[in-house]
Amino acid sequence: MTDPIYEILIAILKAVIIFAVLLQIVPLLVYFERRICAWIQDRIGPNRVGPVGLLQPLADVIKLAFKEDLTPQGADKWIYRLAPVLVYAPAVLAFTVIPVGIDLQVATFDIGVIFLFTISGFSVYGLAFGGWASNNKYSLLGGLRASAQMISYEVAMGLSIIAILMTAETVDLNEIVRQQWGAGTLGLLEWNLFQQPIAAVVFMIAAFAETNRLPFDLAECEAELIGGFHTEYTGLKFATFFMGEYVAMITMSGLMITLFLGGWSVPWVEIPTDPSIFDVALSVGFFTVKLFALLFFYIWTRWTLPRFRYDQLMRIGWKVFIPVSLANIGLTAIAGVLGWKWLIPLP
Amino acid sequence: MLQLSAFLAKESSWPWTIANTVDTDLISLLTFAAVTVIVGVVLLLLSELLGPRRRDPQKDSVYECGVPLLDDAREPFTVKFYLVAILFILFDIETVFLLPYAVVYKQLGIVGLIEMGAFLFVLTGGLIYLWTRGALEWD
Repeated sequence: MTDPIYEILIAILKAVIIFAVLLQIVPLLVYFERRICAWIQDRIGPNRVGPVGLLQPLADVIKLAFKEDLTPQGADKWIYRLAPVLVYAPAVLAFTVIPVGIDLQVATFDIGVIFLFTISGFSVYGLAFGGWASNNKYSLLGGLRASAQMISYEVAMGLSIIAILMTAETVDLNEIVRQQWGAGTLGLLEWNLFQQPIAAVVFMIAAFAETNRLPFDLAECEAELIGGFHTEYTGLKFATFFMGEYVAMITMSGLMITLFLGGWSVPWVEIPTDPSIFDVALSVGFFTVKLFALLFFYIWTRWTLPRFRYDQLMRIGWKVFIPVSLANIGLTAIAGVLGWKWLIPLP
Repeated sequence: MLQLSAFLAKESSWPWTIANTVDTDLISLLTFAAVTVIVGVVLLLLSELLGPRRRDPQKDSVYECGVPLLDDAREPFTVKFYLVAILFILFDIETVFLLPYAVVYKQLGIVGLIEMGAFLFVLTGGLIYLWTRGALEWD
């Protein structure tokens, strides 16, 4: 029996380390985004600050920190201040339940997926508040668009996840990962990406819309709305919005990996029942590789596809993804109850 | 596993006598939440404290393409957004109802399938009705 104080210290340390690492990925991701964007557009990109420009995000943060903090006249001051934190905090908190290694996450819950959805749903308030409080017409439009878009795609995303929960018959994310591991050469076919391809596609696209990334960044499309909901924000308040957006991207990618891409499981290497430090490190490594591959996909998409129109966005959300996910749930339920494995491959 | 009630029900001289019942998941979660909120608030405070403060009426005015401000932004806006919000509540509750079913649908068997089928049928009927009434059109 270990000392309870020791266990408490471990618990605190685990939370702080995961938080620190999560926030350190953000500047790295911003740097990668700018470099990859430059590469795709045949430019050089930031390469002056530090070795190959690696310190560029730090320079940006310092610049932002010493910018004047403006509150536009007529703004609702407290809501205006609250909005950036309301975007950033839910995005970070939603990461609590995502397993980054063998049974390694900030906190284990029986209700994994549900907790994540509950928390990340709060970021809609941040966007809507930011847009409303600025007292700027562009901000208001951006905030409205962002909230309508996010809630619409939350339905599609929730429905696509139901199909995964039906395949797994649990909401425990670690258990979902364990079920996706398969032995043999074709072990990777156990991934839910191949078991539930329709749900995977719907989830992926909804994740782009949820994080306000191109081709769905209607909330801040600079050609129409200047900057959308954060038009009036300056300095570190803008940086907080920005950070929230990138953390949301990381969280969504983490969820995508956990639900569809085998999570932390290492292909063809059996999951140890009593993992050593090395096993845990290896699983964290594989999770990180998958995370960066998916983040690269996000950036690649952003610099490849043009932006949708708002009516197109809402139309495909409500008229394509929701009916398709409902049909997918129906098919999965029928296949599962009647045992028709040829229809949907279920365990 | 998270057992909030068990954790709170312990009446003891913390933390020595709660040895085996100490809930490390709850502690991790609370630490994580606390750090998140503290960092967020610190960023806001730094934003207010650092940086110069040179106000002038032009700078304080709301940005509107560089032209003088016409009027307030708090105007009525299209009712479409309210409609989307209400539809969201409907369909999100549907998702919530499906969550427990998704976990136990095999145990419920054919009876559960028929009941859930009826539930989905009604909701899909609602979606089709909205569709034909043009509630999903944006133009």
